[in-house]
Amino acid sequence: MTRYSVFNLLREGLRGHTGWGKAWRSPAPKPVYDAVIIGGGGHGLATAYYLAKNHGLTNVAVLEKGWLGGGNTGRNTTVIRSNYFYPESAALYDLSVRLYENLSRDLNYNVMFSQRGMIVTAHSEPEMEMAARQVNAMRLNGVDAELLDRDQVRKRAPLLNFRADMRAPIHGGVLQPRAGTGRHDAVAWGYARAADALGVDIIQNCEVQDLIVEAGRCVGVHTSQGDIRAGVVGATVAGHSSVIAKMGRYELPITSYALQAFVSEPLKPVLDTVVLCPPFGTYVSQSDKGGLVIGGGLDRIPSYGQRGNLPVQEAVLAGLVEMMPALASVKLLRHWAGIVDVTPDSSPILGPSGLDGLFLNCGWGTGGFKAIPAGGYLFAHILATGTHHEISRPFDRSRFVTGHLIDEGAASGIAH
Amino acid sequence: MQIFTCPFCGPRNETEFHFAGELGKIRPATAEKITAQEWASYLYTQRNEKGRVQEVWMHLTCSELFVMERDSVSMQVLDTRSLREDAQ
Repeated sequence: MTRYSVFNLLREGLRGHTGWGKAWRSPAPKPVYDAVIIGGGGHGLATAYYLAKNHGLTNVAVLEKGWLGGGNTGRNTTVIRSNYFYPESAALYDLSVRLYENLSRDLNYNVMFSQRGMIVTAHSEPEMEMAARQVNAMRLNGVDAELLDRDQVRKRAPLLNFRADMRAPIHGGVLQPRAGTGRHDAVAWGYARAADALGVDIIQNCEVQDLIVEAGRCVGVHTSQGDIRAGVVGATVAGHSSVIAKMGRYELPITSYALQAFVSEPLKPVLDTVVLCPPFGTYVSQSDKGGLVIGGGLDRIPSYGQRGNLPVQEAVLAGLVEMMPALASVKLLRHWAGIVDVTPDSSPILGPSGLDGLFLNCGWGTGGFKAIPAGGYLFAHILATGTHHEISRPFDRSRFVTGHLIDEGAASGIAH
Repeated sequence: MQIFTCPFCGPRNETEFHFAGELGKIRPATAEKITAQEWASYLYTQRNEKGRVQEVWMHLTCSELFVMERDSVSMQVLDTRSLREDAQ
């Protein structure tokens, strides 16, 4: 692997960029690994990287049925934040933001994490009281947060609708200054390159077709490239978690939905922060290329089809126009959907699957991208040690039996 | 825009319909002793199948619940029938 540096950039510039080499190898799978990770998205690749880096486990394979980051990692709106309510969630998502803050240096790969802040607007006096409660909760949990009044929101995002006759007038909002956006493909590629450099085998076009179960324990996988045995198996397959669950005959409280997103034609800079307006269920940021990246709520129909439907498009875009009327004439460039794995409490599932030898990292729902570093960090701990990390323990699937749900859907108003 | 066929009203716009749940989920009889595990399974577990699925939907305009069979990948509707028909 060639290290990315100013020196190497100059050297390669002088010799026509002929010496960079591949960012990662494409090895044939070995018959046995210490750990096999199903799913080469952000969480799977990050898990492999931290297994090698933090736990010295390098005889590891990541199996991806398509191409790296071709699922939700490449289909999100790239927002990174930790503005949650409960201490358990704050510990989890803020670990992720902290890891993101140093990720480009750690991976020697520019993930373009831009901490441009995120504003969640409040549209009435009662909502301002809830916003103050949210700010207080975040600060008590050690996460940065500021309560903004109407003028402060206007100063940061003048494009928002401040007309007197607006249906839901803006009273203020919650700002998380450390939130922002990242380059989603770079996160997958950066983790893949760094994991590969530490000896991890990344195997693309390798679909897991079934689990190898012997004496009640998962000891490997049948794949389109032959059988691969493993000391431990981890599943980081997001929207397809229930498909693996069916193979392993364990129950999961997950429903897969399509979540759509949109990008507009490139515009000159109009918005230098991320804005979410809860009454419209729409949020937007502007990418470095100038496109507005727009997201909204789920398609509320279980789906494995990676495309959206027109009624939800209409709702999201109508919300955008209400939020920022000046954007009404902007054209869309692209639109897509990813399949997200939603749990009843909108919090992820980490830990044992119910089948011995197989562990889960799933249930991130609409918020998997921002959690990639923490999901990988904690899941590597779980796979290497067989036990929970203190931060991952509350997210064990047993919470659905004990009743200790971490209901961020209700607490921080996630729109699902 | 998709057209779904209500067994009572005929073909209508998809926005008139609401997904209610997977077909065949039966509430445990509360007269029996029920473990936390059984309750959790009933409350939270989803089959969440990829491919052909059977679900209960409501046509909001006539408020009737009915069975829809569809493909969860292609979103193609394969069959709709009344719940009563299904019970027979």
